[in-house]
Parts: sequence; structure tokens; C-alpha cells
Amino acid sequence: MLYREAGQFKTTYAEDMAIFPIRQDRIALAILLGIAFIGVPLLATFRIWPFGSDYLLWAILLPFLILALAAIGTNILVGYCGQISLGSGAFMAIGAYSAYKLATGVHIPLASLGFAIAIPPLPVLASILLGGFMSAGVGILFGIPSLRIKGLYLAVATLAAQFFFDWAFLRLPWFTNYAPSGSVNAPELDFFGVVVRTPVERYLLCLLFVTVLAVLAKNLVRGNLGRQWMAIRDMDIAAELIGIRPLYAKLTAFAVSSFIIGVAGALWGFVYLGSWEPLAFSIERSLDLLFMVIIGGLGSIMGSFIGAAFILIVPILLNVLPTELGLPLSTQTITHLQFIIFGSLICYLLIKEPHGFARLISIGKEKLRLWPFPY
Amino acid sequence: MRAPDTDDILLQVERVALSFGGVKALRDVSFNIRKGEIRAIIGPNGAGKTSMLNVINGFYRPNHGAITFKGRTRAKMQPFEAARGGIARTFQNVALFKGMSALDNIMAGRTLKVRCGVLWQLLRFGPALAEEVEHRRKVEEIIDFLEIETIRKVPVGRLPYGLQKRVELGRALAMEPDLLLLDEPMAGMNLEEKEDMSRFIMDVNNHFGTTIALIEHDMAVVMDLSDRVAVLDHGVKIADGTPDEVKRSQTVIDAYLGIAH
Repeated sequence: MLYREAGQFKTTYAEDMAIFPIRQDRIALAILLGIAFIGVPLLATFRIWPFGSDYLLWAILLPFLILALAAIGTNILVGYCGQISLGSGAFMAIGAYSAYKLATGVHIPLASLGFAIAIPPLPVLASILLGGFMSAGVGILFGIPSLRIKGLYLAVATLAAQFFFDWAFLRLPWFTNYAPSGSVNAPELDFFGVVVRTPVERYLLCLLFVTVLAVLAKNLVRGNLGRQWMAIRDMDIAAELIGIRPLYAKLTAFAVSSFIIGVAGALWGFVYLGSWEPLAFSIERSLDLLFMVIIGGLGSIMGSFIGAAFILIVPILLNVLPTELGLPLSTQTITHLQFIIFGSLICYLLIKEPHGFARLISIGKEKLRLWPFPY
Repeated sequence: MRAPDTDDILLQVERVALSFGGVKALRDVSFNIRKGEIRAIIGPNGAGKTSMLNVINGFYRPNHGAITFKGRTRAKMQPFEAARGGIARTFQNVALFKGMSALDNIMAGRTLKVRCGVLWQLLRFGPALAEEVEHRRKVEEIIDFLEIETIRKVPVGRLPYGLQKRVELGRALAMEPDLLLLDEPMAGMNLEEKEDMSRFIMDVNNHFGTTIALIEHDMAVVMDLSDRVAVLDHGVKIADGTPDEVKRSQTVIDAYLGIAH
């Protein structure tokens, strides 16, 4: 009864094309943003339940935000443009390492030519964004094969990117500024004099990045470029015949997707991990992102958030729940159980609704509109 | 119907040949399409009708021959060039973007008319929003015209076949084409749907002055709608002329009914 659009008349096309054309959705979003931007920081600052310790912020909200951002990037490529990619982890790594190199100063000795290219250390914000652009550039490069190969074959080509960059960041000491351990430390997060240190500040920083990029991504996917991507995904021949250039559509999808993933990678390194090794961006990260997108809903920005939450939070819940309930289980058993339950949950969900949570929610909304009547 | 201007040739196909391995789909076919006319291409199954359309909009590359469109002669068309030049197309077996709504499908047809760059689209503000609204207004006109208002937000994969055909026509119209190629627009339709579709085709021709080339098997429809008919059989053009001329041609009757031996 509450979720009705009766009486909400749209008199302009602009109103009808808004992100949330239904008033109740707008109210829900406003409440959610209010909680995220004001409620959570307040509770965390005054250490009110459930923010008694920093655990919820550090171990759940911070990684959730960053991975949701990376999932949005993956979704643009896989969900909207239909190009399967197994290299998302590599693009996170490119974002992170590029940002690291730019923030600590780039020095390329060209001994044979007798001079060196030197870029002084850049501010953190510029480094993170340029890290994204660097990732976009590499994304375009690895997107070129997509003009020739499709589907699973393309997935294998992107897998090559994953392995290559895993190797490069592990074996080429230039990327890690010749750190003997191979791990790197992020610089201080100084944004024009405002230094981000505490978990609450880090959370707000990531929230800001995610909100802005999610809105921009949403604008793109509901605009002409987004329609070009989806057209290529659904029927590339027909798309070409209405004047969509596959080259342009696919490479822009690779670029935008890699940019967002690159920024997420830089945030993951700088804001969440602080110091990291190449293993932080391994193939497992790529697979996680792909799962998030599939379970959340291919071709849905909101689905990316839900998928990220599911993949991240359910294992933690499964880990914590037995202890909370007082079940006498050994930690090993709990870990095994976690894998079993999580795996079967994914299978169940995909059988029940192959289009992911986003579709479940839209079906739910349809039903809610009519509730309590069945038609 | 707009009187076709005899001197005004929009598209000229000259001695086009196309083969797939040993199969000769088209053998030195020549014909033209005049500005403003409805031109039908008919023929038995496998005659090379769809291949002809595919050559015209650059999807197939002819072995030899020339295509003159709007005064420019080419050995072959590029799909993108054909689209930009104003050739739109529907397919025999509907080729819609299944995951998108009817509205988005038709909006996608406006791609070539979009002027705002990606950065503006990213912000979706000011000129970008104004342009998007303008495209939406144009698309709504098409939706009104095709009488598909109620299904505009339904994913096209869920629509019945007849409506999918209509949405596909809408997507082609959104390109504001000069030449519209329709590949069996009425295949698999019942009488009522065929009548609707015929009406749409005639209205498109009348109101927008769009030149139409269509492939169709329903002879009643072809004879009623078209100004001129070209008949293909086994890749060869066996007749060309007004519906009445074609109807009387002995070669055409033989091709369709077979020759008594």
C-alpha cells in the first residue's frame, strides 16, 4: 500500500527519465544517503552500538564500499557491454601501483640516451585519479582483442592481462620502488591539507568517491553511450547497422570500466590496506568481482552494491554466527561450513533467479505496487 | 502516394555478384530505387533477396559490381557508412536488443543524431539533458505513430512477435532514414497485424517521404503496396516493373509455379 505511484503524474520527459522516477524510491534513497553520510559517522565518532569498536567500519563498510565501486566498473564491461573479463584484479593493481608510483615520484632512467624522465611526487588525489586513467589506458589496450574475439575466448585474453600484471608487479622491482620485501606503503592521505587518518575519515572519503562515481556511471549507462554498450551486448550486428561503431562502443566500455576499477584499486591500496603486496590483487579478486556482478545483477548499478555486500558479508556472518549462537564448533569446522554454505547459497540463488538480486528487487517492486491485490 | 520522380534515382545497384564458396547468391543483378517510391523485391525462397539487402547496407561484400547511393559510387558499402548515409534496416528474424526496453531500443536508433560528447553525457546536465529530452520527444512521436505507447517500458524480449516487429520498425524510423529496407516485415503475422503493418509502411512513405525497399512473400500485400517490383530467382533478376507488368510476366509465373515439362 505504501509503495504506490498512483497520483504521481509526470508532465515532462525529464521527470520520466529521472534515476528514480517513483517518489518512494527517492525517499528511501535520501534516507539511505542520510544514514551513510551523517548517521554512520556520528555513531562511529561517539562509539554507539553497533560501532563500539572500529570492526564494522574497518572490516565491513570500508571494503564493501571499495569493492562495490570495483564491481560497478566490472558491471559496466561485463553486464552492460557483455564483454566477459577476468582481469578486474589486474586493473585494480594497475590503479594502485600507478597511484603509488605517481604519489612517490616517477623516475625512469634512460641510461642509453643519457637522461632520465623524472616526475615529482604528485598530490594524493591527483595520483588516485591518474591511477584510474592509467588503468583506463591499459584497459583500452587489452580491449582491442575484443574486436575480434567474443565470449569465453575474450575471457581467456583478459586472463592473460591478469597473469601478466601479477608477474610484472611481483618481479619488476621498479614498480615497488625497489622495496626488498616487494610490499609497498601508501603515502599519507593528504587532501589539500586535510589529512585522512581515522577509520571514520577513511570511510567518508571512500563513500564520497563511490557516490560520485556511481552517479556518473549511472548517467552514462542511461544515456546514449550506455545504450550503445547494451546494443553491442544484445545484438552486435543490428547495432552496427544502426550506426554504432563496435570499436568505439567496446573500447569506451573497457576504458570507463578500467578507470572505475583502477580508482577502486588505488583506494583499496591507499585507504584500506595502507601497505600491500601484489597478492592483494590476484586472480581471486577478479573472480570475486565477477561473482559480485553476476549475483548482484548483470547490467545494474544497484546490483553491484548488493552483490558486493553479499560476497563480502555473508562469509563474515557465517564465520561469526556459530560463535554468537554459542555452538560448540571448532574454528576449522566453522571455516569448512562457511565454504559449504556459501557455495550452496550461490547455487541456490542462481537457480532461483539467474538475473541476480537486482531482478529479484524489481520483481518485488512490481508485486509491491499491486499489493495486497494479486493483479 | 507521392509520385515517384523518374529521374531521381536514390540507389543504383549495378551488376552485383555475390557468392559463398560455390553457391552463387547473386549473379550480376542490376536495379535501381527511385526517391520516394516503395520498391518490392520478391522471389521464391533462396532467390537472393536478403543477400541483396545485405549488400546494400554493407553487411556483405559483393564479389564485383557497384553500388551508387546518393550519387556516390562504391564497390561496397560499409555498415557504418550506410547507416550514416541514411539507410535503415529491419530483419527477417527480429534483431532487437533483447535486454532493453522498447523505448531504449528506439532511443538507440537515435545514436547517429546524438551531438553531445561523452563528458556531457557523464554529467547529464544542461545541453546533454536537453538533447536527451529532445530525442525522447522524437522517439515518443514514433511510439505514438506505431501505437505502442503501452509497451514502451517493457523489455522487448517479453513482447509478442508482432509487437517486436513494430518496435524494430520504430528503431529504424528513429534513424530518420532516407532509405528503409524491410526484410519480410509481415512474416508470421495474422491478417489484422498485416493490415496494421501495411498501413504503417504506407504512412511512413506518405508522411515522412521515406523511400522503402521491402521483401515480402504475401503477393496481395506486395501488389497493393509497391510502386515497382523486382523479381529475383536463383540470384538472377528475371523481371522488373510495375506490379501489373510483373503479374503478367510468364517468366515470373514459371519461377513461382514451375514449368510444365
